[in-house]
Amino acid sequence: MILAATPAGADGQLQQAHSQYVLRLADTSLVLGQRLAEWIGHAPALEEDLALANVSLDLIGQARLLLTYAGELEGQGRDEDALAFLRDAPEFRNLALAEQPNGDFAHTIVRHWLIDAWQLEIYAGLERGVDTRLAAIAAKAIRETRYHYRFSSGWLVRLGDGTEESHERMQRALADLWRFTPELFTPDELDERMSAAGIAPSLAELAPRWSARVTEDVRLATLALPAAQPYPWHGKRGVHTEHLGYLLAEMQHLQRTYPGAHW
Amino acid sequence: MYTQGLDTHGKEPLPTAAEGEARAARFQGRIDAEEKIEPKDWMPEAYRQTLIRQISQHAHSEIVGMLPEGNWITRAPTLKRKAVLIAKVQDEGGHGMYLYSAAETLGIPRAQMLVQLLSGAAKYSSIFNYPTLTWADIGAIGWLVDGAAIMNQIPLCRCSYGPYARAMVRICKEESFHQRQGFEIMLTLSQGSHAQRAMAQDALNRWWWPSLMMFGPSDADSMHTGQSMRWKIKRFSNDELRQRFIDVTVPQAHFLGLTIPDDELHWDEATQHYRAGPIDWSEFYAVLKGNGPCNRERLEARRRAHEAGRWVREAAAAHAQRSQRAAPPVAGVAGVAGAAGAAA
Amino acid sequence: MTEADWPLFEVFIRSRSGLEHKHVGSLHAADARMAIEHARDVYTRRQEGVSMWVVRSADIIASDPEEADSLFEPARDKVYRHPTFYAIPDEVKNL
Repeated sequence: MILAATPAGADGQLQQAHSQYVLRLADTSLVLGQRLAEWIGHAPALEEDLALANVSLDLIGQARLLLTYAGELEGQGRDEDALAFLRDAPEFRNLALAEQPNGDFAHTIVRHWLIDAWQLEIYAGLERGVDTRLAAIAAKAIRETRYHYRFSSGWLVRLGDGTEESHERMQRALADLWRFTPELFTPDELDERMSAAGIAPSLAELAPRWSARVTEDVRLATLALPAAQPYPWHGKRGVHTEHLGYLLAEMQHLQRTYPGAHW
Repeated sequence: MYTQGLDTHGKEPLPTAAEGEARAARFQGRIDAEEKIEPKDWMPEAYRQTLIRQISQHAHSEIVGMLPEGNWITRAPTLKRKAVLIAKVQDEGGHGMYLYSAAETLGIPRAQMLVQLLSGAAKYSSIFNYPTLTWADIGAIGWLVDGAAIMNQIPLCRCSYGPYARAMVRICKEESFHQRQGFEIMLTLSQGSHAQRAMAQDALNRWWWPSLMMFGPSDADSMHTGQSMRWKIKRFSNDELRQRFIDVTVPQAHFLGLTIPDDELHWDEATQHYRAGPIDWSEFYAVLKGNGPCNRERLEARRRAHEAGRWVREAAAAHAQRSQRAAPPVAGVAGVAGAAGAAA
Repeated sequence: MTEADWPLFEVFIRSRSGLEHKHVGSLHAADARMAIEHARDVYTRRQEGVSMWVVRSADIIASDPEEADSLFEPARDKVYRHPTFYAIPDEVKNL
């Protein structure tokens, strides 16, 4: 399968689309995992160093499974590392939200919680899809995601309903990051093609559940949801914010400096 | 070792007559009989203070030790290496926690130990004040630094103080992968390109001597090991452990095809030991006094994290207080019946 | 001045069904939910458990080692509580 020639014609096109779709999931996990890993050794409490490391490890684990699968679907012989370390920013397909900088702990928690709530819906949908390989990965990932969501939503409430300072910081983080959320559930042609093929869930159907969950959490955290904003971000189509380039420059440094080396 | 500051810093307190010679004799009798001392047991104040200093220094070393390796997490060359490195640095955080927990049983709160670290009053291992300049340093740290640490930590599993000994058992069990992953990195590099082999040799050159210094000053200059040995907090001398480390590590370097940066190093047929050249102790004392390559950076990173995290810790505490007032805590899921049943 | 830390919790873990919960260590957490999460993240990284208890350290009532003599010594001479105290001829079975 790994080196299978790409099927020609319509089947081939669907398979390339399929690969691109899996790449979107993989890159969101990878980029978010890389961001969380930046915290290790610098977290607000020692226990949180361990917690963030655990979440980061889960996400990198998801990324590895998904990248491997995307590479197989693509059929060009690219493995997880070729895909992670040898693609440039425009070829990355992660949500723009995932690549946003850690900022203070409030920004990290809000970003993480928004994506956790998104992954909960996406993985649940994929688990029911016709692609058994992807369903199996999703079944594993959703168990991890439930814990991530427990972690991030717990902190959302603690910090939203903590001190005056923490409340203010959380509200600011929400304001800064909310504008990246429309991308989560606005389907493009690829999303629609995948859901029509029964591989992916329909984003339009998932959106209200995500909204309900997020709205309720925000209420518990005594925060206020910002107004909707038009969005220019299309991370999943490779149109990113300025931050991704730096993240990749750092992450890919060794592979780029020593081409072809074995590590 | 991780507590090498003990051998050089401050005066080791001695038992006082006021505590009663009979009691002290009974205590020493328990130690001699290899009995473990537990937190609420009577112990000489000097024993308690020595342990607090040693365990907290050890804990600080684990926490500061997260930084040099953490420096390469975002740049690890493959996703597998990245995951392994995260898990390893995470383990170090966990080990710091186990050790702070053990020290807390002696009556010192963790917050107080952290203040001692951040103010620069407390010591931690000199080794973590060296920079990680290339990826090979991650291999060298696993292979040499963790190798030296294990050498020192295994005897500590039999330390006379129960909570410290138990923490060390757990730590040693978890650390067994650390050294192997480091050696594996070195092996891969030494079999790689010319640039990779050079990277590996450079890392060995820079980490070899600091690793030997991890064991602390030579026995002749180490004033305070006597009492620690009698109390079975320490079981082997610095030089004994250092020699053991040299003997096992030199053949490993040969296997890697790397050269130990010591012109005087040779095999001594008579004693069946490798003999190393003299250690530059002035470097060791300079690093210990705060003048190593990265002392400032390491402490600054810890201080920054502590300060930046303050509002988070305060908010969580404030939220907990408010929720407690709003609703008394519900009985835990485990339930009292579960507790009673399991206690049997 | 020393900043107040989150309260200390003791952690107990059941390593698998059929075994009792065993004390494994302690940690700091602001609240009960966080304590469970920290216990999970700190003490079960290698599948050490299937169930956890966390208890505020301040809520544990411990016996005083100074009283060990009066608490535990009196049981020492009650050897008749142990089956080996009774002499039964070898040929008697099933006792």
